[in-house]
Amino acid sequence: MKTIDDIVARHAGREGPLLPILHDVQAELGAVDTAAETRIAHLLNLTRAEVHGVVSFYHDFRPERDPRPVVQVCRAEACQARGVEALIPAAEAAAGGRVRIDTVYCLGLCSVGPNARIGDDLHARLDEAALTALVERA
Amino acid sequence: MTQTVRISDDAVARACGADAVANAFALAGWTVERVSSWGMHWLEPLVEVNGVGWGPVTTDRVAEIVDGGADDLCIGPIAAHPFIAGQQRMTFARAGRTRPLSLDDYAETGGWQGLNRAREIGAEQVLAEVVQSGLRGRGGAGFPAGIKWQTVAKAEEPRKYIVCNADEGDSGTFADRMVMEGDPFALIEGMAIAGHAVGAGQGYVYLRSEYPDAIAKINAAIALAADRIAPFRIEVRVGAGAYVCGEETSLLNSLEGKRGEVRAKPPLPALSGLFGCPTVVNNVLTLAAVPHIMTEGGAVAYETLGMGRSKGTMPIQIAGNVKHGGLYETAFGVTLRELVYDIGGGTASGRPVKAVQVGGPLGAYIHPDQFDIAFDYETYAAADALIGHGGIVVFDDSADMAALARFAMKFCAAESCGKCTPCRIGSVRGMEIIERILAGGRKADAVEVLPQMHNVRAPDRSLSEQVALLEDLCETMKFGSLCALGGFTPYPVLSALRHWPEDFGLPAKMPVPA
Repeated sequence: MKTIDDIVARHAGREGPLLPILHDVQAELGAVDTAAETRIAHLLNLTRAEVHGVVSFYHDFRPERDPRPVVQVCRAEACQARGVEALIPAAEAAAGGRVRIDTVYCLGLCSVGPNARIGDDLHARLDEAALTALVERA
Repeated sequence: MTQTVRISDDAVARACGADAVANAFALAGWTVERVSSWGMHWLEPLVEVNGVGWGPVTTDRVAEIVDGGADDLCIGPIAAHPFIAGQQRMTFARAGRTRPLSLDDYAETGGWQGLNRAREIGAEQVLAEVVQSGLRGRGGAGFPAGIKWQTVAKAEEPRKYIVCNADEGDSGTFADRMVMEGDPFALIEGMAIAGHAVGAGQGYVYLRSEYPDAIAKINAAIALAADRIAPFRIEVRVGAGAYVCGEETSLLNSLEGKRGEVRAKPPLPALSGLFGCPTVVNNVLTLAAVPHIMTEGGAVAYETLGMGRSKGTMPIQIAGNVKHGGLYETAFGVTLRELVYDIGGGTASGRPVKAVQVGGPLGAYIHPDQFDIAFDYETYAAADALIGHGGIVVFDDSADMAALARFAMKFCAAESCGKCTPCRIGSVRGMEIIERILAGGRKADAVEVLPQMHNVRAPDRSLSEQVALLEDLCETMKFGSLCALGGFTPYPVLSALRHWPEDFGLPAKMPVPA
């Protein structure tokens, strides 16, 4: 629990620090699991229910580690208008069980879709070959 | 003499390969300046040499440009391009012209003049000028910013906050992102002016996690400008993937470290907002418009633009299946026909335009028959549509409007905060009803035909009864939901049903008599 104690200490003095803490825990430990929730709740003088309520509310926090690389594909209206739905079957076939394909609603590149994000890298103007290649390289 | 090339480092340009292009120019011995984006996204990566542009450039064409060739990509002087020359840029006056994180570039282009003048003339006068400018909240609701600021200023509390809503979750919108990545000091200056006007010492920028570039840029800019805006302080808080947190009360809960559930209003955030303190919550575009308004004569100049009660300019985001997508800032009053055909150049696929969604996932689908309505808050409201954050998404004739209506309900179900019933349950039921309409009505199920179920109204429901049920449900969601998520989801659903009934398997629309 050393890491979680360090993370919480890092955000001491901030107003309403729970979200920044959870982001750091997710980034450094790969998940916000039950043990992490319990420890964070203890350190912030909250109930575990309160912390769990927050963790489960937001899409970015995951209860379990997933070692697979992630490709986020935007499937909101603007990317639908540019044909993203037709690319999904091939991308999922390329991903198999090795890569996780997540749906994201809007990366803010709506004039040059379909778009995807891997880590902090953004990719635009994807066609089936380009998206499949991204998935295979992920 | 080494040549200088200017290439955008906006997320759109980078996603289209601008970094590799910049690298190729650097390898050729040129000086590379990374600037903000002009907003002509179909030309990204756009490179600029002595004011002349080439785009879209790929790495294998760099050598030709270095030699003065690649004429097929050359668009001539960028500032004279019709897409740029036709605009009235205020919020985006610096777009394409400055380096986003250069304090020198910012100061040379009029930066900090608004803040300096605001400090000279005092809070009362600042409030009066913001009211006079007619600036309305650009997040979607269009509430007059000056009135909101005055309410917070009058509240007698020692602790007040300025919160910038940068949770730009609507599909088809990217103007907030472009401000934060291209002109971050303008937002910071706007927040500092707001803090000065209402007496707040702390500002927060609530920024969505889907914008990694904007997070990095605005954090760097805040560090650079900290002395300039002191004693006012700004901190960035990153969201966690919840669309509903773009709603202001949900955003405040999220900032406090809670579930992003919507709060009932009243109390208004202006009186009891973040941590129960008086809080100004404004969109990025609203705050970024303020430095210009605060310059000498700026409020009057702003007020003269626009139409009716929609004053000033609106950065319109042209997106989706459109040939010339990007950012187009212009005074209110432009028609959709001009935006889609004259400026946007029609669809990217070359097929006929079927529909345009204005205002994000909660905005109505507008039929080409209605393309002459003017861009203005009141005109859109009268046409059962909304401007929202000013994003327009173009669809060609391959779009299935029933599938998009179902998607609107599915999106609402996925993103509902769960606090109010019409949104939480209505969206799921709405999805089911649309599915039943597409299946051609519904037969009574095994339970409904049991003799005990004598209260069942009618065992089978016809197509028209299902449609009536959907309309009824939309009515309940529209008037019964706590916030715009449940309240506006009926707009895309009902507009799709009304204008494209054939996509739902219903008889086609009767021709409207002239």
